[in-house]
Amino acid sequence: MKPLAVTAFTSTTAAGAGNTALQAALEAGVSGLRYNDFTTTPLDGHIGRVTELDSVAWPEAFAEYDCRNNRLAWLGLQQDGFLEAVNAASTRYGAARVALVVGTSTASIGATEEAYSRLEPEGLFPLDLRRPAVHTPHSLGHFLAVALGLGGPCVTVATACSSSAKVFAQAERLIRLGIVDAAVVAGVDTLCGSVLFGFNSLELISPEPCRPFDTARSGISLGEAAGYALLEREASADAWFVGHGESSDAHHMSSPHPEGLGARIALEAALERAGLPPAAVDYINLHGTASVKNDEVEAAVISSMFLADVAVSSTKGWTGHTLGAAGIVEAVVCLLALRHGFRPGNLLARELDPLCGPQWKLTGEAAPVRVALTESFGFGGNNCVLLFSAERTQ
Amino acid sequence: MKGTLQVSVSGVGFWCPRMPGWQVACEVLRGTSPMPVAEQARPSPVLLAPTERRRAPDTVAVALEVASRACEMAGVSPQDLPSVFSSTHGDLPINDYMCATLASTPKLLSPTKFHNSVHNAASGYWTIGTGSHQPSTALTAWADSFAAGLLEAMVQCQADNTPVLLVIYDVAAKGPLATVTPSAGMLGGALVIRPGHVAGAVAHLSCAVQETTISGGSNAALPEPWAPALAGIPIASAGALFAGLASAESHRLVWPVGRTTSLVVEVNPLNGVA
Repeated sequence: MKPLAVTAFTSTTAAGAGNTALQAALEAGVSGLRYNDFTTTPLDGHIGRVTELDSVAWPEAFAEYDCRNNRLAWLGLQQDGFLEAVNAASTRYGAARVALVVGTSTASIGATEEAYSRLEPEGLFPLDLRRPAVHTPHSLGHFLAVALGLGGPCVTVATACSSSAKVFAQAERLIRLGIVDAAVVAGVDTLCGSVLFGFNSLELISPEPCRPFDTARSGISLGEAAGYALLEREASADAWFVGHGESSDAHHMSSPHPEGLGARIALEAALERAGLPPAAVDYINLHGTASVKNDEVEAAVISSMFLADVAVSSTKGWTGHTLGAAGIVEAVVCLLALRHGFRPGNLLARELDPLCGPQWKLTGEAAPVRVALTESFGFGGNNCVLLFSAERTQ
Repeated sequence: MKGTLQVSVSGVGFWCPRMPGWQVACEVLRGTSPMPVAEQARPSPVLLAPTERRRAPDTVAVALEVASRACEMAGVSPQDLPSVFSSTHGDLPINDYMCATLASTPKLLSPTKFHNSVHNAASGYWTIGTGSHQPSTALTAWADSFAAGLLEAMVQCQADNTPVLLVIYDVAAKGPLATVTPSAGMLGGALVIRPGHVAGAVAHLSCAVQETTISGGSNAALPEPWAPALAGIPIASAGALFAGLASAESHRLVWPVGRTTSLVVEVNPLNGVA
């Protein structure tokens, strides 16, 4: 495919608001996870909670959209000059020529959960939550279109944990066909009861902080995050979006294909689209949730497809699994690897699973990164792989 | 014109409780049959095993039913098609269950309901049921969900030169959620589209995204004969397109896809019969 310029990007996670904080945490090996202090009903586990969320200045003009998820979206927009970059692109191309493609798994269902916990006797929502704009799965996209003043096609991708990886692919197609000249891609998901108690019901929440690819890993830690990127057809940039691959496992709603068939198809499709061999990849950000099954399948696929000199890691030990935001947060980790020449390690793992090849390192290392890849897998067996390059390769 | 998308519709699926199939919907539209009074509870998609058919949420049942019918009509193997699913609200009854359970007994949340609560549940069951490794996506854009799904399906079709399956659906709202996210009933629709304008198709579509004023709305009103069955269902904004496929004349339909952009679709039916 014709590469797209990544002219701005940012993420806000439990490891910090903005790229500088995340990069510092990645290099220092400091986890953002803490014991669950989010749910009123006790739940044994750790979470990646964005502490800066509690002090967000919420504009009065956005009263209709007020909810935890949109506050996190707004906080994320303030970092790394992203809002200014979007405004400049909107002025350059015209607001109608910039698409907004957002990914989320739960949108602002937390606001709906809250309404149900404070229902009025006749079954009505409490007055302050009778706001349809926060009870729709498109809540995030609708809010961001208003907040950014964009007029182009606006849509939410909601394919669980691959959502904000797939936004890059959808945006690339819109730009390729000339529907728009640029696209803002986003992913925002916040902690809420649905996912904490939902993953608890599947017995997937680890009582200790998640330890991706550790032999003794015992499950996931959930997190919340906002991530953004601005993609443009023609621009100067030091990072390029060069490939994407999407596939379906066709196996099970909530557990991966045992041989990682869907993951392999997505990997091969992304490399083919980018015109790159596996050996060209310097760093891979893995899905690596620390669930027993995911890491086992993913380790086998990567060990068999890539050579020993690629560095691979899961960064969920820093952020937790941020679900619908994970795709774009981990795309940002790849973009930071290109920028800083640093390949993060596998934080919180102590002893790597024997299935992991020489590609896995416990600690990060400085090394030139020209091509970085990230993979995201969601419920329903929904897979997406993204490739970024420091050079405009095609 | 740059950015103009040209596709052919080669298969159609349609299901709602009073018009449980594309044939009956066409007959009602043309006035050759009256609107049925009786309502079917929900479809029984052949793709699911009998036990799964009973357990599947309504969203999954209606989406899989129309998807299979559209593929049958198009004469394509379902597993070969990338698919685009779009729904305004997703599964409102499951959201109601989740929120009510979280408010009372969060630790008793059903794991099956939880994994069925994802917006891409129907997409997931479709790829599992058909054994498809093709890409599948699940979209929403609130009132613009149909237009957003149609745009993405046409974009995939043209960008990657492949037939694509589009599936749209909504179900009735339930519980307290119904007071803020109303949805009056169940509707599923599906199209199999192919790149370019090919012979033997149901219709040719030519589409473009155009800048509009901030007040730019849709001209795609619900066809009057279908209104008794489809009024109040958000995704029934698709009604005008489906009616256009069954009509003898061409139509120019407009739906918003962004704050200042609209999807403009020229529908040219080729034979006017289902």
